[in-house]
Amino acid sequence: MKKRTKRIKSKANAMRKAIIEMLFEAGSGHPGGSLSATDIIACLYFDVMKHNSKDPDWDQRDRFHLSKGHCCPAVYAALGISGYFSTHNFKKLRKLGGMLQGHSDRRVPGIEVSSGSLGQGLSVALGMALAGRLDNKDYRVYCLMGDGEIQEGNIWEAAMAAANFRVDNLCGIIDFNGFQIDGRTEEIMDLEPLVNKWESFGWHVIQCDGHNIEELLYAFNQAKMIKMKPSVIIARTVKGKGVSFMEHVVDFHGRAPVKKEKEIALMELKSIEEDESKL
Amino acid sequence: MKANCKNESEMLYARDLYGKALIELGKKDPDVVVLDADLSGSTRTALFGKEFPDRFFNFGVAEQNMMASAAGLAQCGKIVFASTFAMFATARAVDQVRNTICYNNLNVKIVASHGGLTVGEDGSSHQALEDINFFRAIPNIKIVVPVDAPEAKEAIFTAYKTPGPFYIRLGRAKVETLKKKKKFCLGKGYTLREGKDIAIVACGIMVKKSLCAADILKKQGISATVVNMHTIKPFDEKLILDIAKQHKKIIVCEEHQVTGGLYSTVAEILINKFPIRVERVGISNIFGQSGSPEELLKHYGLTADNIAEKAKRVLRQ
Repeated sequence: MKKRTKRIKSKANAMRKAIIEMLFEAGSGHPGGSLSATDIIACLYFDVMKHNSKDPDWDQRDRFHLSKGHCCPAVYAALGISGYFSTHNFKKLRKLGGMLQGHSDRRVPGIEVSSGSLGQGLSVALGMALAGRLDNKDYRVYCLMGDGEIQEGNIWEAAMAAANFRVDNLCGIIDFNGFQIDGRTEEIMDLEPLVNKWESFGWHVIQCDGHNIEELLYAFNQAKMIKMKPSVIIARTVKGKGVSFMEHVVDFHGRAPVKKEKEIALMELKSIEEDESKL
Repeated sequence: MKANCKNESEMLYARDLYGKALIELGKKDPDVVVLDADLSGSTRTALFGKEFPDRFFNFGVAEQNMMASAAGLAQCGKIVFASTFAMFATARAVDQVRNTICYNNLNVKIVASHGGLTVGEDGSSHQALEDINFFRAIPNIKIVVPVDAPEAKEAIFTAYKTPGPFYIRLGRAKVETLKKKKKFCLGKGYTLREGKDIAIVACGIMVKKSLCAADILKKQGISATVVNMHTIKPFDEKLILDIAKQHKKIIVCEEHQVTGGLYSTVAEILINKFPIRVERVGISNIFGQSGSPEELLKHYGLTADNIAEKAKRVLRQ
């Protein structure tokens, strides 16, 4: 395994452990989508994006916006591990007076704009991309959306506008894990043909395995090369990725692990880590 | 008794002065950015668009996207003015305004035209009568209903200088420029006419109607105070308590549903701190309809005569 890939994988594993720990402490939250998005977020924070944990407001930083705000544990994990704040805060997720709110919140250093009400994030990211262009800054804006989330009409308003304004410093990512709260996306509100939808809205579409680090890095790099139009990475993922009994299980969309589950999950993640370190 | 309610001074579109104000602001500050949702001719943001095409974005018929994108621009240091009709700026995008603009306390100034009944012939779907109600319960946002065009311009400059989200409600029709106004100060209402028997508290076009009502009452030996309460939020609680203590009788007038707007704001304060009876002139839980602005105001009782009648009723009680 390449050194670069190995490093990102090890960060992703640390993030997954943090996600399990913090959700167990919180007693509620969203493990499924946090774990499916972990590798995408790990690639961004530990490789792709230019950012500085010691200077969260650095004006040249790349911007990340989590549109699916309920999966904030994954972003909090990436930020804590990057050094934006002490990882002691993980224990206070969803607790009164704590910084780590139940949905992505800008009181956390490193979070640009709070989210939680679905469907608005691509618009926020579009605004940030337009501002970057106005200011002649060369930062890029990354917006992570859920698959169920793109059932919101606001997403498609933003999709139309981003292509219309020809922003090429905007990269959307869809965490396509195939599940929403009530069940499979194809059963609740089918998203297909998803590639055609984005293409017909004027976007450059890149498909990849959302857990294959090399594919993700290649996709992000390709997106950077595309000019005069926005890019979207449709990342096929597994809900609950990394914890056997959470994978593809809709119940873990919005249920935290109990103590026993937490222990098994951490054991599994530890053994994945050990296996990967041998490669 | 016919109201002596002739227009004494010039009639202006508040939105014309909004357009001009934007150009002034655009010239002095390169961070001013203006957004519209396919109504830029009506809202007058097109004037800015012509002058500064790079800093003007027409989002098409997509208000939700416009509001959430405004938040993104503001997060990157832009001072964003976002305009459309009051109906669509509020009801259509209330979630985006609440969760994305206001919760993040971002520097977005929502300046809406076509507030209220005086939209006229377009009818109910375009007559925003609940817009203040939609935004009033949201923390961080400031809400202004200017009395005339020059006050609208002052409010726009104040919004530019004051960090955080604003909602400024303008009308469609021309409005008379009032004399003897005070300089606009956010969150500070003021008395336009001093009386002693009853106080009429109003905002927007109903201030002029209230002044006319005061004229009618004067002829009948009743002296009425008239207050321009242009800022709904933050509300001038001190002024309303002073007025209440001095007069003991108050009427509130607004071009809005009587639930959730100026009347509710006044009543909420008085019921808690100085409980007196407060009469109201506004839209009583019904929808508007097509008609000319003056016909509509008359049909729904938003007239000087009706204010004067209600004043007398209150004084008899």
